[in-house]
Amino acid sequence: MARPRALRLSLSLLGVLLFFALWEALPRLGLVKPMLLPAPSDIPATFWRELTSGAWVDAVLQSLQHYLSGLILGSALGVALGVATGMSRTLEDMTNWIVRLLRPIPGLAWVPFAIIWFGVSSTAANFIIIVGVFWINYFAALGAVQAVDRDLIELANAFGHRSPLARLVKVILPASVQPIMAGLRTGLGQAWMAVVAAELFGVAGLGQRMMQASSLLATDVVVVYMITMAVLYGVVDMAFVALRDRLLAWKA
Amino acid sequence: MISIKDLTLSFDSDRGRTIVLKDFHLDIADGEFVAVVGASGVGKSTLLRVIAGLVKPTSGTVTRDTPETPGRRPYAMVFQDARLLPWRRVVKNVEFGLEGLGLDKATKRSRALAALELVGLADKADRWPHQLSGGQRQRVAIARALAVDPDLLMMDEPFGALDAITRQGLQDELVDLWQRTGKTILFVTHDIDEAVYLADRVVLLAGSPAGVRSADRIDGPRPRHRDDAGARETANAIRGRLSGIVEAGAGI
Repeated sequence: MARPRALRLSLSLLGVLLFFALWEALPRLGLVKPMLLPAPSDIPATFWRELTSGAWVDAVLQSLQHYLSGLILGSALGVALGVATGMSRTLEDMTNWIVRLLRPIPGLAWVPFAIIWFGVSSTAANFIIIVGVFWINYFAALGAVQAVDRDLIELANAFGHRSPLARLVKVILPASVQPIMAGLRTGLGQAWMAVVAAELFGVAGLGQRMMQASSLLATDVVVVYMITMAVLYGVVDMAFVALRDRLLAWKA
Repeated sequence: MISIKDLTLSFDSDRGRTIVLKDFHLDIADGEFVAVVGASGVGKSTLLRVIAGLVKPTSGTVTRDTPETPGRRPYAMVFQDARLLPWRRVVKNVEFGLEGLGLDKATKRSRALAALELVGLADKADRWPHQLSGGQRQRVAIARALAVDPDLLMMDEPFGALDAITRQGLQDELVDLWQRTGKTILFVTHDIDEAVYLADRVVLLAGSPAGVRSADRIDGPRPRHRDDAGARETANAIRGRLSGIVEAGAGI
């Protein structure tokens, strides 16, 4: 039996309330030191202080800059190379082994080289993010293109769309929009993790501000930035889903 | 007139050379309705693909005496499955073959709508393919082929996947369309009754490698009757020849 909507909504709300009540109770009742776990009721005041000092806005803008530039570049490269490899047997055979070698290296394993090559800089952060999202999008695009129905390619040939460009535009790209979009969306989350990781190493932004606060045991500030990350990611993801649904209107 | 001369198609594999078609010969007069019948897997579909230029023949030629005209395509194909592009609305699907011919937007649209009018689906122009029935989808595929104003309309078991009632309806519609447009049609089917009901001439493709085994002219006034005695006799004669060839081939 499906539960009524109202009941499910109130249960969700109840869950959230219980979560916050428990969180509030732990430091208030002295079960945990407030320094180790700040009570949620302290957070708005801390947020206000960070906002009025300008630190919050600076950190958010810096992180967003790293995030968006790395994300866009890494995704574009990944999709472009994935599509090209999917369309060309030669390219696929040529890259086969290189891909097998490089793919298992986690994005964060590139941190040492990023720092050696670019120093503790925005470029280093960008580089790590690009590596992180590249593979996701490369494989999503490659798989999507290879899975395009051969019958549709034959259709394109039968109606005069025989050049690789015509095939790409008329059939391959529209047919693989959905899986490519899924890859892009996974990349949104990956890139966000990469941003924070890069900044924990000292590149200016949310992650760096968080590390500074934690070294001063200002855990309430840490929580402010954790929530900031969650909300920013949520907004980006929602915007992306709205865009995707527009592009895939024909599915409805 | 379209002349197909000495068409041979073979392909090489590990197990040696397989000859699919051998010395296929067929002249189709302008405005003629020719059906090719044969058992499943004999190479009927392959034959159409060779004529359409989707598969390169090992030897032989396909020639037309109609001059190249701008804004048209010499061949158009209707497949067994409608093969509509799900991300395009019906009218944009019909425009598919018109793209790349250097036509302006308005011309493409009006030709697509005229083709939809011919198959009685002008009112469905703005629908998505998934909103149509199987029979309607196949009519859109026919409209897509007619829109390019081909010298030869090729149909590869176009009604094979439809239920009996829809199939009969579309057969009558096709004859009507053919009479109104004066198109030359090459129709492939394994259904001998369908071939005899529709075509001016029924060519039997059989053997391995496949070649023309017989060609029967179907005379008599149109519209035809499905239970016409003469047609039934011709159909039975073709069936007899076909089973004779199959038995001989199997060594029975």
